[in-house]
Amino acid sequence: MQGDLLILSGVNAPPPVQAWIVRWLWLIPALPIIASGLISLLKQPRRRLSAWLAIGSLSSSLLLSLIAFGQALSTRDLLLHFGINPLARETVNFTWIQFGSTNVDLGWVLDPLSAVMLVMVTLVGLLIFIYSTGYMAHDENFTRFFCFLSLFAGAMLGVVIANSLLLLFMCWELVGLTSYLLIGFWYQKPAAAAAAKKAFLTTRVGDVFFLLGIVWLFAQTGTLLFYNGGAGSMEPLALGGLLAQHAAWGLTAAGAIGLLIFAGAAGKSGQLPLHVWLPDAMEGPTPVSALIHAATMVAAGVYLIARVYPLMQAGALAGGTTTALTVVTWVGASTAVFAALIAVAQNDIKRILAYSTISQLGYMMAGLGMGGVAVGMFHLITHAFFKALLFMGAGSVIHGCHDEQDIRRMGGLKADMPLTFVTYAIGMLALCGFPLLFSGFWSKDGILEAAQHWSVAKAPFYMLVFGALLTAFYMTRQVGYVFFGHYRGTKHAHESPKVMTIPLAILAFFAMALGLIGTPAWPWFKAFLDGKAAGFDLHGFAEPGLMALMGTSTVVVFVGLGLGWWLYFGKSPKPQEPDVLEAAVPLPWGWLRDRLYVDELYGATVIAFYAWWARVADWLDRRVWGGAVSGVAWAFRGWAHLNRFLDTRVVDGSFDKGCEELSVGGGLLSRVQTGRVQTYLRLLALAVVALVAFLIWSSRA
Amino acid sequence: MNPLAGYLLVAALLFAIGLAGALTRRNAILVLIGIELMLNAANLNLIAFWRYGPHPEALTGMMFAIFSIAVAAAEAAVGLGLVISIHRHAKTTDLDAMNRMKG
Amino acid sequence: MSVVFYLLAGLTVAGGLAAVLLKNTVHCALALTVAFAGLALLFLSLDAQFAGFAQILVYIGAVAILVVFAILLTRGSETPKDGVYSRHWISGLVIAAGVFAVFGWAVLQSLGGLPVRTGPAPTVTVLDIGNALMGRYVLPLEIVALLLTAALIGAVIVAMHEKEGAK
Repeated sequence: MQGDLLILSGVNAPPPVQAWIVRWLWLIPALPIIASGLISLLKQPRRRLSAWLAIGSLSSSLLLSLIAFGQALSTRDLLLHFGINPLARETVNFTWIQFGSTNVDLGWVLDPLSAVMLVMVTLVGLLIFIYSTGYMAHDENFTRFFCFLSLFAGAMLGVVIANSLLLLFMCWELVGLTSYLLIGFWYQKPAAAAAAKKAFLTTRVGDVFFLLGIVWLFAQTGTLLFYNGGAGSMEPLALGGLLAQHAAWGLTAAGAIGLLIFAGAAGKSGQLPLHVWLPDAMEGPTPVSALIHAATMVAAGVYLIARVYPLMQAGALAGGTTTALTVVTWVGASTAVFAALIAVAQNDIKRILAYSTISQLGYMMAGLGMGGVAVGMFHLITHAFFKALLFMGAGSVIHGCHDEQDIRRMGGLKADMPLTFVTYAIGMLALCGFPLLFSGFWSKDGILEAAQHWSVAKAPFYMLVFGALLTAFYMTRQVGYVFFGHYRGTKHAHESPKVMTIPLAILAFFAMALGLIGTPAWPWFKAFLDGKAAGFDLHGFAEPGLMALMGTSTVVVFVGLGLGWWLYFGKSPKPQEPDVLEAAVPLPWGWLRDRLYVDELYGATVIAFYAWWARVADWLDRRVWGGAVSGVAWAFRGWAHLNRFLDTRVVDGSFDKGCEELSVGGGLLSRVQTGRVQTYLRLLALAVVALVAFLIWSSRA
Repeated sequence: MNPLAGYLLVAALLFAIGLAGALTRRNAILVLIGIELMLNAANLNLIAFWRYGPHPEALTGMMFAIFSIAVAAAEAAVGLGLVISIHRHAKTTDLDAMNRMKG
Repeated sequence: MSVVFYLLAGLTVAGGLAAVLLKNTVHCALALTVAFAGLALLFLSLDAQFAGFAQILVYIGAVAILVVFAILLTRGSETPKDGVYSRHWISGLVIAAGVFAVFGWAVLQSLGGLPVRTGPAPTVTVLDIGNALMGRYVLPLEIVALLLTAALIGAVIVAMHEKEGAK
């Protein structure tokens, strides 16, 4: 691998021999999809085989991803060795459809961004797959579950390696489909079916805008490939063209397309107006929530923005920002606060985590908007690990409490489920951003630092700080209710089997260890994504304002933890009793518990309009089209009657009449045959007379 | 009017009379009588043409008439035998009643 | 046209008329005989002596007798109830009249074109007739002989009483 040459973006070099892993990169998504296909052919009782197929295919993908990661690393090292600084990107592109002179190309790319995502998705996915064999062991649709899960994994990996916006979109839709299938896995439950439908439709709204963006981009630049040796749509040539075009409201084409693509990302990643589906998606099994709605699928939106970042950033002056990125930032920051507020008043263990996910996605978007790809992506990676950990821990708790999900009916599980408690605590502290030891602290601090230095406004910074406070607060509330105090449930709780707790432990390790690659002292992650190498340098801490910021965030975290501790630790109110805060400020608590009425707003506007439109369509169908069809049928009946009349009266009548006349004529004619000799004689004589007369007459001279 | 024409007219008249008889009488025997008259009229025609024709020494007319007479006799015999047979069967010679061949 | 001709013609025609008009069939047969006789005399007046005598011998001597026999043998009822003429005798009469009209017209039409030989009567001897019969007309003679045989046998068979068993 070391001897291979490289493809450099921006340099028109002909493609030489590529590393084998780059050519075979497509195997990484293909293996799980093939496994999914094979599993779909199996019968339900073949549980072990289906589980082995799924886990085996994803492990192979993990292995290949690690090799690809190594390749990306070595590519970077080689570049640095030669003193060339552009980003190391290796692509394989091919033409899919050709019509006339236009081509539609697909392809995959291996660069630092896709390499880290590949490793993250396959690793977290594999751990969750193993966890699921334990969690879903008692479910009768085990095989179907792994089929869908494998399909999802394959599609998500397709999104990651796609070099073409079209291929990305196709895998994006596939991811949405599998999300629908998995949310509605227990489709006999009406709530689950409704939630699946809601998820699909809400993300669809975003996808419409996404598709518009794709079409516009293709129309403007003629290509959907990201990187294509200088001709791709994310490369300076195409971007220059896009900047020259002007769209409405003072935007350039680049900005408009960027906003349209962000709309799609907003749907998938649950940003503010389109977040309504994520909490309902908790109807699905917990491994699904962990994998799809915490670590990977919802991260796809963030990844998409990272992928099209050159487009979003096009036209920005040094140190400045673009309209698109500003919008992204504001939306992200608002989402972060909004969701955190609602999470405070929820009582379902998974729903709290769902709103927490929405909030953290807002952080990621804000980070992308203000700080760049590395900032947002670092939080995405760390979040994936600790959120998956938290969900799996919640699943373990639910499993141990015999399918109880209300935190007011739990309590004191610290003693009954020690392993779960420890790993959950680690995840919770990471999420809150407990200083130094946990990855969440470093990633969130990266975002806060970018927010502090944002040139447009300071408001997002304060919003994000407030959000951090709330995060610490509600997580403490949750942990206090679940693990401390005394048990308020009905049945005895028990620890989960090893197949569930070992993945928890592994994830907990990463939740702590990942922080190391993102500290200011050793900013390995940022450097990797930028194509540089980073050395360990404590002077990184010497940046102005950095220590102050770290201190601020530490204070905020402790304030939140303390408040939560004071209000909720050791106390275990009965389920019927109101929450402490609820008793204090019932009205705002009511708003927060009712999710700030966003669903109701949609119900009153969009859904009502849709229902009205459905009634109109029904009327049209019934009256107008149905009437037309009835009219045609009626005309046909009339025509048939006319035909029958014609047939019986006219045709038959005339025919019968004719036959009758013929018969009468025959009767008349037969009267010649009297049977009497004399009659015949007479006729004979008559004929003779006539003949002779004729002869004589004709021979007259 | 030359003699030949006279004889021919007489023959024609006789023929018509015979025909009328054959056509109008009920009795089958009278039909045969009519037929005999018609044959005789034809014979007269023949002889007249022989007498006033160009080559009487060829005897054509006379021979023809003689053969005609012979044939007529045979025909009369058979015909009357038939009438007798019919009468035996149908007990009548009324031609109006014999319409078994009525179509 | 001599008086003899008119007399003989009148006799013949009268006989013929009587033969078809009379009610009594025997009278008809007798009138027929008169007509035959008239015809024979006409033949004689045409210098066809052999034909005339053959007429007398055959027709009057055999056919007329035959007719009378047949009449006598087929007497069931003397006079039929509905009269001797058929129901549609008018049409028969009309047709016969038409026939006569046509023939008469034909004769009168070709009056000028008829080749009339107004020479002396031909002398025909029986020897000549015999020679003709055995010479030129031998085939017709034989055929007529055959015909007569057949007619004889046929008449006998036709008029024979049927066998008792075949009734």
